[in-house]
Amino acid sequence: MLEIKCPYCGKRSQNEFSYGGDATIKRPQLGEEISTEDWDNFVYYRDNPRGKHSELWHHVSGCRQWFKVSRDTATHEIFDTCKMNEDFNV
Amino acid sequence: MSNSFRTTNSIGLINKDKKINFTFNGTIYHGYEGDTLASALIANGVHLVGRSFKYHRPRGFLGVGVEEPNAMVQLHDGNKSEPNIIATEVELVEGLKAKSQNCWPSVQFDIGEINNVLNRFFPAGFYYKTFMWPKSFWMKIYEPFIRKAAGMGKAPLLPDPDRYEHNYEHCDVLVVGSGPSGLASALAAAKNGARVILAEDKPNFGGSLLTDEVTIGNMSGKEWASDTISQLKSMPNVILKKRSQVFGYYDHNMTVMIERVSDHIENPSKYTPRQRLHYIRAGEVIVSTGSIERPISFGNNDRPGIVLASAAKEYMKVYETLVGKKPIIFTNNDTAYSTALEFIKNDIEPIIVDTRDSSNGELVKEVQQKGISIKFNSGIADTKGHLKINSAIIGKLDSSKESFISEETVECDCICMSGGWTPTVHLSSQAGNKLKFNEDIDAFVPDKKRQKETAIGAANGSFTLNQSLAEGFQVGFDLSNKFTDQNNPTNSPNSNEPSYEKHEKLWCMPLPSGKKPKRFIDFQNDVAVSDVELAIREGFRSIEHVKRYTTLGMAGDQGKTSNLNGLQYVSKIEKKIVPEVGHTTFRPPYTPVTIGAIVGREVGNHYLPTRKSPIHTWHEENNAVFVAAGLWQRPRYYPRGSEDMNSAVNREAANVRKNVGICDVTTLGKIDIKGPDAPEFLNRVYTNAWLKLPVGKARYGVMLREDGMVFDDGTTSRLSENHFHMTTTTAQAANVLSHLEYYLQVVWPDLDVNVLSTTEQWSGIAVAGPKSRDLLSKLFPDVDMSNEGLPFMGLVDSSIDGIKARIYRISFSGELAYEVNVESNYGLYMWKKIMEVGQSFDIQPYGTEALSTLRIEMGHVAGAELDGRTIPFDVGLNSMVSQKKDFIGKRSLSKDAFTESDRQTIVGLVPLDKKTKIPEGSHIIEDNSAVAPIPKLGHVSSSCWSVEYNNPFSIAIIKDGKNKIGKNLYAVSPLKDISIPVEVVSSHYVDPEGSRVRS
Repeated sequence: MLEIKCPYCGKRSQNEFSYGGDATIKRPQLGEEISTEDWDNFVYYRDNPRGKHSELWHHVSGCRQWFKVSRDTATHEIFDTCKMNEDFNV
Repeated sequence: MSNSFRTTNSIGLINKDKKINFTFNGTIYHGYEGDTLASALIANGVHLVGRSFKYHRPRGFLGVGVEEPNAMVQLHDGNKSEPNIIATEVELVEGLKAKSQNCWPSVQFDIGEINNVLNRFFPAGFYYKTFMWPKSFWMKIYEPFIRKAAGMGKAPLLPDPDRYEHNYEHCDVLVVGSGPSGLASALAAAKNGARVILAEDKPNFGGSLLTDEVTIGNMSGKEWASDTISQLKSMPNVILKKRSQVFGYYDHNMTVMIERVSDHIENPSKYTPRQRLHYIRAGEVIVSTGSIERPISFGNNDRPGIVLASAAKEYMKVYETLVGKKPIIFTNNDTAYSTALEFIKNDIEPIIVDTRDSSNGELVKEVQQKGISIKFNSGIADTKGHLKINSAIIGKLDSSKESFISEETVECDCICMSGGWTPTVHLSSQAGNKLKFNEDIDAFVPDKKRQKETAIGAANGSFTLNQSLAEGFQVGFDLSNKFTDQNNPTNSPNSNEPSYEKHEKLWCMPLPSGKKPKRFIDFQNDVAVSDVELAIREGFRSIEHVKRYTTLGMAGDQGKTSNLNGLQYVSKIEKKIVPEVGHTTFRPPYTPVTIGAIVGREVGNHYLPTRKSPIHTWHEENNAVFVAAGLWQRPRYYPRGSEDMNSAVNREAANVRKNVGICDVTTLGKIDIKGPDAPEFLNRVYTNAWLKLPVGKARYGVMLREDGMVFDDGTTSRLSENHFHMTTTTAQAANVLSHLEYYLQVVWPDLDVNVLSTTEQWSGIAVAGPKSRDLLSKLFPDVDMSNEGLPFMGLVDSSIDGIKARIYRISFSGELAYEVNVESNYGLYMWKKIMEVGQSFDIQPYGTEALSTLRIEMGHVAGAELDGRTIPFDVGLNSMVSQKKDFIGKRSLSKDAFTESDRQTIVGLVPLDKKTKIPEGSHIIEDNSAVAPIPKLGHVSSSCWSVEYNNPFSIAIIKDGKNKIGKNLYAVSPLKDISIPVEVVSSHYVDPEGSRVRS
C-alpha cells in the first residue's frame, strides 16, 4: 500500500485516495473546433511510461481535493506531490 | 508413553511442574508448559506426523520453528478446525487436538503411499505431461482426480467462530527478529530516542542466544538477551511483540505482521482476538531475521527422525527433549558439533560423519577431546526404517567426493544434519532488494536496496557474534539518527564465541552403490535431486522454469530449507556458478497466514457499511422486504398477508396509478452547488441549457462522460440566483460528486463554484398519484397546490409543526407527483404525517419494485439503460441535447459511429401472448429458425408487469429501434431456454404525451 502525501492533509495511506490518471492531459477549450483525431487523443489515448509519471489523485476519503503526484510506475517511488496550481519541485 | 525422551536437566524454557494434556491422532499425551506441539510429540517418542504431498511418504520433524517443511497438522475440530499448521509453531495448550493430514486411513498405514511405489510414473511435470489429452477428459476425469489428490489438510466447511483484529502502527524503526543483532539494533535505536517496534516470531525473545554457548560482556548470551529485553521493556518508546511474524514487505515500507494473541491461552475471553494483523508503516526496517540451517541431500533423507542439527540442539536446550538416543551427526561444517556436544552433555555419544577431510575448529577439537572419533571424508549414502529411521549406510567418499569407496550400515534412531546456513533474506527480497551471492558462505545476501530496509547479522551473512552485535549497534544508531537529534550511540560489548572452520561446498551425496533412492531437496513439495535433473534434461534452463516445472521452493514453504540446495544442484549440473543461475523470487507471505486474520472484523454485517434512511424503522415495522441498493437498504415491497412479491408489487404500482402512493427516496444523491459561476458550471456539466432557469424551478438534466456516454441524470433546482440543489441517481451519487470536483479543481479552476454532498442532510419522500395534490393540500393548507400555484417542475418552501419542508413537483412515476424534502431528523415524522393524512386518500407505501414498474411503463430510463454504453440518442434523450452550447462530452457525439442512423435505440416490447414475462438480459433476434451464429439486434434492459394494461412490458435497446416499431421479433433467453415472440412498440407505453404529470 502506497503512502501518499496529500498537499493539504499530509501523509496518508493509499486507501484514502483514488487514482485519476495522467495529469498532463489538457482538456480542449469549450467550443473549440477540434479534429476527431485530436479529440480521440484527449479522450482515449494515454502514454503508459515505465518510470516517472505525472498523475492525478483525489483525496476522496479526506479533504476531497484533486492534486498531482509524480510517481515511478515501476518502483512506486513518489518523487513529489503538489496542488493543482503548483509545479513539482523534483 | 510418557516423556521418555526428556532430558534430566532443567536448562530450558519449559516448566516441568505444569503438565499439559493434548491429543494427537486420537491418543492422549502430555507435555509441559512452554512446549510446542512438536517438542511434546518428540518427547513422547512420536516422530511420524504426516505424509508427504506427492508420494505420501512418512514424514516427521525436520526443523524446530518456522522453517519446518514436513510437520503440518490439522488442528482442532468442527468450526475451529484449521489445516496445514506447522507443528513446530503451535504452543501446547490444555486439550489441544491435532491430527495428521494427507493420509488415509491413518498416518501409519496410508493407501496413498502407493504413489511412492509408483513414483517413476510421477516425475516432475507429471500433470503437464499426462493430462494433455484427450481434451474432453479434462473437466470430467482429470480435474476432479487432481482436486481429490491435491492439497494437504482439509479446509473447514463451517464459519470461523474466532475473532480477528486489525491494527495500524507507525514507528521510526521496525526490527524484525530478536537474535543478537536484532536486540542490539533495537537497543541502540531506542536508546537514541527512536520509536521502535521489535517483532519476534517465537514465544521467547533471544533467537540463537537461547541455544548458543557464548558470552556477551560478563553475561551468558541468554542472560544478555533477557537483560536487553528488560531494558527495552522499561522504555516508553518501544513496543515489544513476541509470537509475531512479519510475513510481508510491501511498498513504501508497509510491512504486515501476524500476532498470535490467544492461540496459546487455554480459555481466552471471547472478546480476546485469536490473532491480530498489524499493518506497520515503518520509517526504517531492520531485517535481523537470522539464518536457517540447510539440509543435505542423501538417499532417503526424509525419514522421520532425520532432523536439522540446529533443531536437535534447540529441542535439547529449550525444550529439554532428545530427538533420539542413538544419534548420527552428519555435517559439512563446524556448527553441528555444538549439537554433538549437547548430546555428550546428556551422556549420549553421537556418531559423527563429516564430509570434510579434517577440521581444526574449536568445537571439533572439544568433541575429539571427549574421546569421540569423527568419520571424516564420509557421508550418508542411504537410510532404512519405514515409519522411523533405524539405520544409516555410511560411506567413505573418494577423493572427488562423487562416489563412495566403501559402505557400512550403522544403527541409529536419528540423524542430525547440517549443510551450513542460509541467511533469511525473504523480507529483503520482498522489499525489492537485489540480492548478491556471497561465495564465502555460499548463499545470497541483500545488496542493492530499493526501500528503507537494512539487513544485519546472519540475515546479512554476518555469521559471527561479534560481527552481528557490531552491525546491530551501528545500524540501530545510524538509522535512529534520522528520526531523533539525540546523537546518543551505544557501544557494542565484547563477546566471546568458538571459532569455526570453513564448511565444505557439498550438499548432495552420491548414490549408494547399485541403488537409486530418492535424495530430497524440497521436502514440502516432494522434489528430489532426480526431478531437478529431469527438468534440466528436458530443457528447462531458467531457474524460474525449473521452479515451476518441479515445484521446488513453492507454496507455503517458500523454499526456506530447499532454495539454495536446489540452486547449488542446478549450478553443478549446468556447470555454472550459482550467481549465474540466479534465484527465484521470494513472495509474501513468508509463512502461511489464516484467512480469518486477513479478513479481520470485516465479516457478516461488518463486511460493508450499511446505510439506512431515517424512515427505515417504519419500513421494518410495516413488513417491508429490503433490497440492497449499493450500501443502502431500501424497501423492495411491502407484502400484505400471504401476498407474494408479484401481487404486492402490482398492488402497490396500481395504487399509485389509481390513488396515491408514498415512496422513500432519501437515497437519491443530493449535491448543494453554490457560487456566482454555478449556472455556467451546470451549463457545462449538463447537455441542456441552464443559464435561464428561473429561481424556484427545477429542471431535468442529463450529464455525459467525455466519451459521449450518458453518465447520470436527475433534477436540479435553482434555490436562489447562485444556489442550486442537484439530485443524482442513488448508484452514481459518489461518482457524480467526484466528477464535479474534478472539473472544478482540475479543468476549470477559474470557475467560482463550491459543491458539497447533502445526501445525508435531506430526507426525501415521493408522493405520487392522482390524489397526491389533494393529500398535500390538506397537509400544507397554506400552500397553493394548484397547477398555477405549483406547476410541474416547480418548488415551494413550507412548514408544518415548525418543521421546514421543501416541496418539489417532480415525477418519476409519470403520475401527478410531488417530492417532500425535510431535514433528515424529521424524515420519519413527515413520513408518518403524510401516511396519517393519506389514509382518507387510500395511500399505500410502494417499494423499489413498484417504482421500477411505474418508470418502465412510462419509458423513463434508469441504470439498466444508462449502462455506460448509450449516448443520449440511443435512449431517447436527444431532445435534451443542446445544439447551441458546448458541454462535457459533446464533441464525441459528432463522431462517425455516434451519428449512424441505425444505432441500437430504445423501444418497448410486448409479448404476443400478453402473458409471458420477458427475462431481463434476453437477446432480440429477427428469425427464430435461423442457425447460429444468429445476428443479435439488441437486448432487453428492463422488464415489468404493466399494471396499466395488465400484461408484461419490457424496454429493449435494439438496432434501428425506431424503424422496428410495429414489427414482430423474438426475445430469446438461452439461459432459460425460452424464445418469446414479441411486438415492438414505443418505449413510452403509458401516457406517451406526458399529460398526467402536468395535470
